[in-house]
Amino acid sequence: MSTSSLPTAAELARRIRRHSVLMTSRANASHIGSSLSMADLLAILYSEFLRFDPRRPEWPERDRFILSKGHGCAALYAVLAETGYFPVERLETFYQDGSPLAGHATHKDVAGVEVSTGSLGHGLSLGTGMALAGKRDGKSHRVWVMVSDGECDEGSTWEPALFAPHHRLDNLVAIVDYNKIQSFGTVKEVLDLEPLAEKWRAFGWGVREIDGHDLTAIREAFAAVPFVPQRPSCIVAHTIKGKGVGYMENQLLWHYRAPRGADLETALREIGEEELR
Amino acid sequence: MRTAFLETLFELAKADERIVFLTGDLGFSVIEPFAQALPKQFVNAGVAEQNMTAIAAGMALSGKIALTYSIANFPTLRCLEHIRNDVCYHEANVKIVAVGGGFAYGALGASHHATEELGVMRMMPGMTVVAPADPIEARLATRAIVAHPGPCYIRLGKAGESNVHEGPIDFQLGRAIQVREGKDVTLISTGGMLKAAVGVARRLAERGVEARVLSMHTLKPLDTEAVLAAARDTGAVFTLEQHSVIGGLGSAVAEVLAEAPDIKVKFKRIGLPSAFSRRVGSQQYLEEQNGLDEAGVLRAVEGVLGS
Repeated sequence: MSTSSLPTAAELARRIRRHSVLMTSRANASHIGSSLSMADLLAILYSEFLRFDPRRPEWPERDRFILSKGHGCAALYAVLAETGYFPVERLETFYQDGSPLAGHATHKDVAGVEVSTGSLGHGLSLGTGMALAGKRDGKSHRVWVMVSDGECDEGSTWEPALFAPHHRLDNLVAIVDYNKIQSFGTVKEVLDLEPLAEKWRAFGWGVREIDGHDLTAIREAFAAVPFVPQRPSCIVAHTIKGKGVGYMENQLLWHYRAPRGADLETALREIGEEELR
Repeated sequence: MRTAFLETLFELAKADERIVFLTGDLGFSVIEPFAQALPKQFVNAGVAEQNMTAIAAGMALSGKIALTYSIANFPTLRCLEHIRNDVCYHEANVKIVAVGGGFAYGALGASHHATEELGVMRMMPGMTVVAPADPIEARLATRAIVAHPGPCYIRLGKAGESNVHEGPIDFQLGRAIQVREGKDVTLISTGGMLKAAVGVARRLAERGVEARVLSMHTLKPLDTEAVLAAARDTGAVFTLEQHSVIGGLGSAVAEVLAEAPDIKVKFKRIGLPSAFSRRVGSQQYLEEQNGLDEAGVLRAVEGVLGS
């Protein structure tokens, strides 16, 4: 972290949620639930752990953050704007004609987005390559990758899961945003991942399970990586899809629907609009 | 061609520590010297081409020049979306290397026949696509793609091909090499089909037909000037490739000719039908079966020229 003017993690999380709701509403976009479930994780990461300089997005020593679940990009764009990569006003162009702020995380012309994602099962491999390059060059930066639970259906998630421990990439951290709902139903109904933490452990990762909305637990887990020397770390973060807006929580519908009208007002009220400025 | 590639890469990698060489668990008995001498520049990704490709992209985005290596369709079609999204969209400095282009592994079955990948790679935005004709071209092509910033695909043959070029050549990406001058007809080949093209030209000469022969080692960007000049100067153009007639050299040349104003030219794509081989066999056998040996190409050319 290099910027001293950042809000607290709790405040940053609130702002991420508020921006995400407004962006999704304005764009009539999907995936608000996926942005809200990881807001607390992003807030702690960017406000307390990630080493970066928004004035130098290409700074070679920066920590890398990859949003492998690219559909949750409203939250990513929001945290990047709030941490100084680009003006907050630009968030209003999300999904708009001619805007670089696409509906899946896009690096072209968006400072701070490390790689473009959107097709699931790519980000962890990309991050593993960056971690391997960092190791071989004797660098100290870390690579953090946020993957979704649905993304753990992809075989290509498990290829780097096998590779990274073999190559002792203790500079790599995978966070699974385990909100238990994927595109067409609950994870349990669609393709059960349990025992998920055991799977990562069996692949050779140091693993911790946390409540992904408990800021203290997140902080402690992030501070403790690598959990096992010479091993990559996996944080299985138990989260709630749509967290922070009561009527969205644990509802598949809010993987798709955009909050408008009275729904929007309720969402903003619950998130705490008035505390922002 | 494989040996020419590996020797050249080894030489380049010794001088440039940015070069990293990733293999999808292939290269037994040929890659070991590289792996032992330059362990920090070598990665065996295991039998996992998607991961290999994205790791290469991640390393390239960290300043490396990353090469992925496997055989036949494994480094291309098996991991196509990783090439499109992770390599091409990020303009990552990744070089995809396939050994066993065309029917080089003919007896191993259709899974190992790389006969569509040139067309597929051509379609990838920003991808440079190269298929050298012989070991001499393979050496120079290896240097050229490593020096070229951005995504490249190189299709190699196998080990043990003889050189077709008889002397030094001027190899530049995107520039066809004229191997033989002629005024009556042009044979444009890519990859190892140059050998057949030169043989056919010799046979045509015995019948008083002088063929220009172009080695189109780079399919993308295509040397459109050489194609247009061939059409204007000779009035008849044939493309030779060990690849489907859809999407590869024949298609690329057809696109240029079809859009050129005021050019009237006889034209035929000589390649493979869009179908799987129902029988296996040596490369030579499968060439004969598909009309890609000298006799078959000659028949096709004469059929169009009407002699």
